[in-house]
Amino acid sequence: MAEVLVLVDHVDGEVKKVTFELLTAARRIGEPAAVVVGAPGTAAKVRESLAGYGATKVYVAESDDAVGYLVTPKVDALAAIVAQASPAAVLVSSTVDGKEVSGRLAARLGTGLLVDAVDIDAEGTVTQSIFGGGVIVKSKATKGIPVVSVRPGSVEPEQAEGAATEQAVELPATDPAKSAKITAREPLVGGDRPALTEASVVVSGGRGVGSAESFDVVEKLADSLGAAVGASRAAVDSGYYPHQFQVGQTGVTVSPQLYIALGISGAIQHRAGMQTSKTIVAVNKDAEAPIFEIADFGVVGDLFQVAPQLTEEVAKRKG
Amino acid sequence: MPNIVVLVKQVPDTYSERKLAESDHTLDRDSADAVLDEINERAVEEALLLKEAQGGEVTVVSVGPDRATDAIRKALSMGADKAVHVSDEALRGSDVLQTAKVLAAAVGKVEGYDLVIAGNEASDGQAGAVPAILAELLGVPQLTHARKVELDGTTLKVERESEEGITRLEASLPAVVSVGEKINEPRYPSFKGIMAAKKKPVETLTVADLGIDAGEVGLGNAWTSVLEAAPKPPRTAGQRVTDEGDGGSKVAEYLVAQKLI
Repeated sequence: MAEVLVLVDHVDGEVKKVTFELLTAARRIGEPAAVVVGAPGTAAKVRESLAGYGATKVYVAESDDAVGYLVTPKVDALAAIVAQASPAAVLVSSTVDGKEVSGRLAARLGTGLLVDAVDIDAEGTVTQSIFGGGVIVKSKATKGIPVVSVRPGSVEPEQAEGAATEQAVELPATDPAKSAKITAREPLVGGDRPALTEASVVVSGGRGVGSAESFDVVEKLADSLGAAVGASRAAVDSGYYPHQFQVGQTGVTVSPQLYIALGISGAIQHRAGMQTSKTIVAVNKDAEAPIFEIADFGVVGDLFQVAPQLTEEVAKRKG
Repeated sequence: MPNIVVLVKQVPDTYSERKLAESDHTLDRDSADAVLDEINERAVEEALLLKEAQGGEVTVVSVGPDRATDAIRKALSMGADKAVHVSDEALRGSDVLQTAKVLAAAVGKVEGYDLVIAGNEASDGQAGAVPAILAELLGVPQLTHARKVELDGTTLKVERESEEGITRLEASLPAVVSVGEKINEPRYPSFKGIMAAKKKPVETLTVADLGIDAGEVGLGNAWTSVLEAAPKPPRTAGQRVTDEGDGGSKVAEYLVAQKLI
């Protein structure tokens, strides 16, 4: 069976959930082989968790340049492995970095690029949700090895035993005339909350929250559920919450098990980023708000009454 | 004085009905209103800010059918100096990689470019990869998803914003930059700008002019193929209750019933 390469998303020696989702999806097509690109010593920290999701092999591409330059070291590593392993497909996460890595890789290899898949089958045919979730498309690569970015949260991760045999990959030195140097990183300050694309529950606030201070109500409910906090574009534009947390067409696209929208009207801009969520709960004062058209459970009411009560109920049940 | 190229794209308005043609799954351009993609206005604005501070020239490059002229004119009326418009029936149905190749060839037509500025992700295709692919094809650094751009001589510094947080980037020109929506507030074209735009040069090119074989582009030659497309059955509204002091508890009961808490 041919290998399916999975680019590993990791931070501080921890593998992100989306990688387990990709390894699960890769098993449908062939033998999942994880690709770790990072600072020296990274693979040793992540190998075991990759084995737990069925990685038969772990390609190790480690160097100082690997973390010193943007995007290109990952493309270099994947291109080198593709040349020697002739995989059936390459899967990366459909994140800001992942979309760029997959695009460059496909261009370099001269193969078909499939963007932001929400599902993938054994033949490598993908399902995509386009135009803000209004249209469902099935497509496939017609030339070469398909390079696919997969939307975080769209595949249910399943554990499996894998040998995770390490194999070193020689990374070429990065040419600074062709790559941007990373001079500093400032990780997102989200406290102990999960990242938006990783969370299985997301609680978002909109214009109805009314102020930056009042976002407290959203955060408290999120914390009771172990959820990530999101915000609509209207809330971000009003300065209630930082832009990095914006959910929507021009922000982050999320696909959690549960999405709770507080004081969000549900304009297409917002729906585009959340309507593939499995379950949607909405609270809004305006009974006419379009968010109710897509909500599985809607409450017409004041979020400042409903959300704290829900927070309390959740806390009670957790006891 | 930087010689700047700005990429613009005409897209179907997000707020009108967007769909694919039933016959071949390409964008149904007649179903939706066409507009200059909002993020491109920010790309143009950033180019103009750099030009105002440091001099130089701003050239708009667009690949699209004839009616993309409207998007180009808007960029020119904001203050860009001239434009290159690649329009060719052979391009119809091209995929992301083919489009990026054409863009790279068109950028190459702008003599001695220093900086290419684009939006980070179009509102229609949402591949979010064209600026990166362009950097790959041009063999220059990518400083993408910028929320801040600083140019000092030939040194470019960018603050990149992603799910991961902020990454500070540095590279030398020539380079490709893409901007995010927090980069700036685009200006409105002035009446004077709109009048002046009518006289600004727009060079129209075909793929043959770019030295690209028509057999490399278009739907039939794409490296990906859409097998089927269907409107998503609209999510149906579920239960709805009006809060009578027990709204939060009702939600909790629902979540318990769904085994979500």
